Amino acid sequence: MENSIQSIPQNWYLILSSFMFCIGIMGVLFRRNAIIILMCIELMLNAVNLLLVSFSSYAGNAEGQVFVFFIMVVAAAEVAVGLALLVSIYRNIASTDINILSKMKW
Amino acid sequence: MGISQIIFYLLASFTIFTALFVVFSKNPIYSVLWLILCFFSVAGHFVMLNAQFLAVVHIIVYSGAIMVLFLFTVMLLNLNKETEPHKPLLLKFAAVISGGVLFLIILAAMKTTIPSNYIAPKASEIGYVKQIGMKLYREYTLPFEVASILFLSAMIGSVVLAKKERA
Repeated sequence: MENSIQSIPQNWYLILSSFMFCIGIMGVLFRRNAIIILMCIELMLNAVNLLLVSFSSYAGNAEGQVFVFFIMVVAAAEVAVGLALLVSIYRNIASTDINILSKMKW
Repeated sequence: MGISQIIFYLLASFTIFTALFVVFSKNPIYSVLWLILCFFSVAGHFVMLNAQFLAVVHIIVYSGAIMVLFLFTVMLLNLNKETEPHKPLLLKFAAVISGGVLFLIILAAMKTTIPSNYIAPKASEIGYVKQIGMKLYREYTLPFEVASILFLSAMIGSVVLAKKERA
C-alpha cells in the first residue's frame, strides 16, 4: 500500500471524479425530492474532494488536503442549514417536492 | 497489473455503482443507505492516495454525522416509495443525456491537462496528521477560526429555522 500512488496514473482519478460529479449533476436534474437533490450536491462535493486529494498527493503538496478539510466543514454547515430549511418547508406544505415550490419561478 | 491497480478498479466501480444507485433507487431511504456506502468507498480512495487523516475525518464527518442527519430527516418526514414524486420520462431522459454530455465535455477539457502516464515521484507522508496539523495551525490559523464561527452560525441558523413558529 506504501507505493500504490506510483502504479496508478492520475488520469484515472480525474476520470473517476469527473464521472462522480456528472452523476451528481444528473441526480439534481433527475429527481424531484429536495432531500435527494441535497444528497446529490453532497456527491458533487465529494467528487471535488477526491480530485483535490489526488492532486495534492500526486504533487506532494499538503495544502490541497487542508482545503479538503475546509470543504468538509462547509459541507457539514450546508447540510445542517439545508435540512432545517427542508423541515420547515415540509411543515408548511407537507411535501418536499420541488415542483410545488414554484412561487419564485420566473 | 499490480495489486493496487486491481484495488483501484474495484473501489472505483463500487463508487460509481453506489452513486448511480443513489440517483436511480425509488425509495429515499435506500438512496441514503447507498450514499453511505459511496462515502465509505471514497474514504477508501483517500487511503489509497496516502491521505489517512482525511480518510478518517471523512468517515467520521460524512458517514457518521451528515448521513445520520439525512437519515433522521428522511425518517422524520416519513418519506417512502409511495410519496416519492417523479419527473416525466422525457425530462428523465433529458437529465441523463445532459449529464453524459457534461461528462464528455469535462473529459475533452481535461484530455490535455497532464500526460496520461504522469506518475508521482514517490510516496510521501503529507497525509499524516502531523503534516496536516502543521499546515492547519501555522499557515491556516485564521481560516480555521473563521470555520468555527461558520459552524456556530450554522448551528444557530438551523435551530432558528427548524423551530416551530409561534402563531
